[in-house]
Amino acid sequence: MADRSFSVAKLPGFTATAIIVFAALYLPIFTLVGYSFNANQSVAVWGGFSLDWYAKAWANTQVKDATVLSLIIAVTAAVIATAVATLAALGTTRRKKFRGETFIYVMINQPLMVPEIVTAVTLLIFFGIIKQATGIQGIGYVILAHAAFCIPFAYLPIRARLEGMDLSLETAATDLYASSWQTFRFVTLPLLLPGVIAGAMLAFVISLDDVVITEFVKSGGQDTLPTYMLGQMRRQMTPEINAVSTMLLVLTVVLLTAFFFLTRKNDQ
Amino acid sequence: MSAAETAQDKASARNGWLLSTPALIILTLFAVGPLLIVLVYSFLVPGKYGNIEWAFSLEGWRGILFTKDIFTEQYQLADANVTIFWRSIKLSLLTTILTFAVGFPTAWFIATRPPKARALWLFLITIPFWTNLLIRTYAINEVIRNEGLLNTLLLNLGLINEPIQILYTDTAVFIGMAYVYLPLMVLPLFAAIDRFDMRLLEAGYDLYASRWNVLRRIILPITKPGIIAGSILVFVPSLGAYVTPRVLGGGKQMMIGNFIELQFGQGRNWPLGSALSLMLLIIVTGALLIYVRYANGDSRHG
Amino acid sequence: MTQVNAVEARNVVKAFGQGDNTVRALNDVSVEIRKGEFFTLLGPSGCGKTTLLRLIAGFEMPTSGTILLEGADITYLPPNKRPVNTVFQSYALFPHLSVAQNVGFGLQMQGRPKKEVDETVARMLALVKLEPMANRKTSQLSGGQQQRVALARALAPKPKVLLLDEPLSALDLKLRKEMQIELKRLQTETGITFVFVTHDQEEALTMSDRIGVMSAGKLQQVGAPKDIYTRPVNRFVASFIGETNFLSATAESGAARLGTGDLVELPGLTGSGSVTVTVRPEQVRLVDPAEAGAIAATVKTLVYFGTDTHCHLALKDGTEVVARLQSPATGEAGLAQGQSVGLRFAAGAAQIVED
Repeated sequence: MADRSFSVAKLPGFTATAIIVFAALYLPIFTLVGYSFNANQSVAVWGGFSLDWYAKAWANTQVKDATVLSLIIAVTAAVIATAVATLAALGTTRRKKFRGETFIYVMINQPLMVPEIVTAVTLLIFFGIIKQATGIQGIGYVILAHAAFCIPFAYLPIRARLEGMDLSLETAATDLYASSWQTFRFVTLPLLLPGVIAGAMLAFVISLDDVVITEFVKSGGQDTLPTYMLGQMRRQMTPEINAVSTMLLVLTVVLLTAFFFLTRKNDQ
Repeated sequence: MSAAETAQDKASARNGWLLSTPALIILTLFAVGPLLIVLVYSFLVPGKYGNIEWAFSLEGWRGILFTKDIFTEQYQLADANVTIFWRSIKLSLLTTILTFAVGFPTAWFIATRPPKARALWLFLITIPFWTNLLIRTYAINEVIRNEGLLNTLLLNLGLINEPIQILYTDTAVFIGMAYVYLPLMVLPLFAAIDRFDMRLLEAGYDLYASRWNVLRRIILPITKPGIIAGSILVFVPSLGAYVTPRVLGGGKQMMIGNFIELQFGQGRNWPLGSALSLMLLIIVTGALLIYVRYANGDSRHG
Repeated sequence: MTQVNAVEARNVVKAFGQGDNTVRALNDVSVEIRKGEFFTLLGPSGCGKTTLLRLIAGFEMPTSGTILLEGADITYLPPNKRPVNTVFQSYALFPHLSVAQNVGFGLQMQGRPKKEVDETVARMLALVKLEPMANRKTSQLSGGQQQRVALARALAPKPKVLLLDEPLSALDLKLRKEMQIELKRLQTETGITFVFVTHDQEEALTMSDRIGVMSAGKLQQVGAPKDIYTRPVNRFVASFIGETNFLSATAESGAARLGTGDLVELPGLTGSGSVTVTVRPEQVRLVDPAEAGAIAATVKTLVYFGTDTHCHLALKDGTEVVARLQSPATGEAGLAQGQSVGLRFAAGAAQIVED
């Protein structure tokens, strides 16, 4: 049955445009995933369905090392970023506005405002100086760089969660004889937890996705999955990259779906 | 205020600072502090094999726009640099305009779905947003390269006789950036439209406005904060783009980001690279200030 | 020796903001709340009643003044050290805890043994008739049930004073009436001092032993409901509690002369100058205009309310007076717009109020 009533929210061509946009968003991704099952040697021509490239990627020690390193960096950076972001969120919400609060807020969100390439270059120079002065090498530089730019991504969902939390719950706890520590332990923390997990997941995804900053900060042999892929794209391309991309893509989608359900529950 | 109240406020402020300190230390050391070093570097002399020599010089900043003629030692406008800047600005603006043109109807579409469907559509926009930028750029590469989906399709349909060379052109970079930054436009637009009171449309139509007038006189002015936010969110990373022009521009269609990298690589001109970085930062900060000024005066913080 | 008050506020001032933006939420408030009574703080929103409650609970500190609990100074004692519990307007039930865990929270924080906690929780749930809900999540309860959990939770640690911050405002009318009776029952059964904040004058009148009427950060009048209603001290109290008529008059010895020249008897009134006379609408009688001492008036409009009818009248000088007529009785059937009538005030009904 056609609805012939006048719909105020309907604007001509908007729905069609939106459908095209969604198609255009997903078509390239599906193409990429599709070619990962290409039996052919080059990405250029379709040669039938095959899982060979996944097997090849799996057997490729460079891919394996890069994956392990990516995960180590992402987990460590996400843990550090989430820990400090949680504290900062507790410090900057739900209290009387204090001198310097805006400054703290700007500082925390600074990585969102500076172009990645600028941060990358700055850290390249800064870490160069430190390495020269101390002789210390290692993956710690990449982890610290990641931790820094992950902080706002961890901070924002935690802050949002805190701001959405009814302050009267903590007031009620103190009214019911809970000390500040008990209030935090038995009321604030359990209620905040979904926000903390959401923040940690975002930080993890952001770290896992980073190309530019890692590319500049890493030393030789410190390739993460994205920098490895970037390197491969300069050389000849095989569907192995598609296979690696697809795996990374699946991981991201899984995490995001979890995040989606985690934050959706909060709203109820 | 009584002494007790003052003491309470002081304790609260002190705790606020204490709790924020770990985050501030990390950010100062690994995000904000290094910018000062770059500022210093931009005023030094390039070293022969990269890095710098400790001598004051304005060459880094002058090098942004001018180049010294090897024979006459005269400064002249560096055409190559101007081309890169112009391409960066042109492509960023085009990207912003295109993403807005298609992003607004998309955001409108999402915001006018029933609540449950809306969450799903929104999720569909969010997935590409969080998907690795490199992967998305590579996905576009799969579509537009000579043997890619688009050309294969057109060839098979007989519309063209030989593949169109899109990859490694400005167009490729433009398509790529519009593709990867589109969610950044749609999300703030959605937020603004979501807050929009649809009853205003009823009022508009009640007062004899046409669809076009309703769009132009009611919807766009009211969702302006979202439009500005989206435009800034697209324009700023476009201007500093590095991965997309590198993969789709093939190293030839450079943008500012790649130009900066060049100075730290083959260019071996760290002071120029530093000056370029700071210039980019200044432009971006300017854009953000415009945003803060015009978007919403009642920023939630403050 | 006089009995110690449950709560006493002495010259309490609470200012918010600084400099020119300072707002005095409480401006020199002193009040004594007796042990075991149901005391209501009544006033419009922003009058400072909730602020006073929060000061007693310890969520805020006064700018100056003292708060005593059973004679002991608790002005700066943190809320978790005060034997005072609050029922919050939003209930503030912990969403991550079950009903029983919510009720037992205070006892647990006090470090009471598990057995005692469990027993008290069971007793409290029985008191508010929620035993079957013990293991439910609070979000699964109706508004009225949540309200009961909030009550049980605040009563469980046996506070010396229970503070209730507009606890019924979120309930619909029918449930509100039920809960009013329920609250009164709980207060009688437990014998705990209740300090109840509301903006609903009817709620205050029906439930309280005594009422403190507040306005603009000041306590206007404290007294039993009947005193407040029949002997309001000023114009604000008279108009906030129930409906009333105000008439400008000039004071004479033992009477006030209205603008129309008519005399209203007010035994004990002395002096001169302008005064305001107040009369409740139900104390205004319609009589034959020819009757001696009757004030001449004209019927303007009649508004039908079911149980009674409000008759809006105009005096000779234009002053409007409302008379409330019991529907079947007074024979308002005979009244018509424009009709001339006489007014008479019931004996002792007319009062002088401060402006």
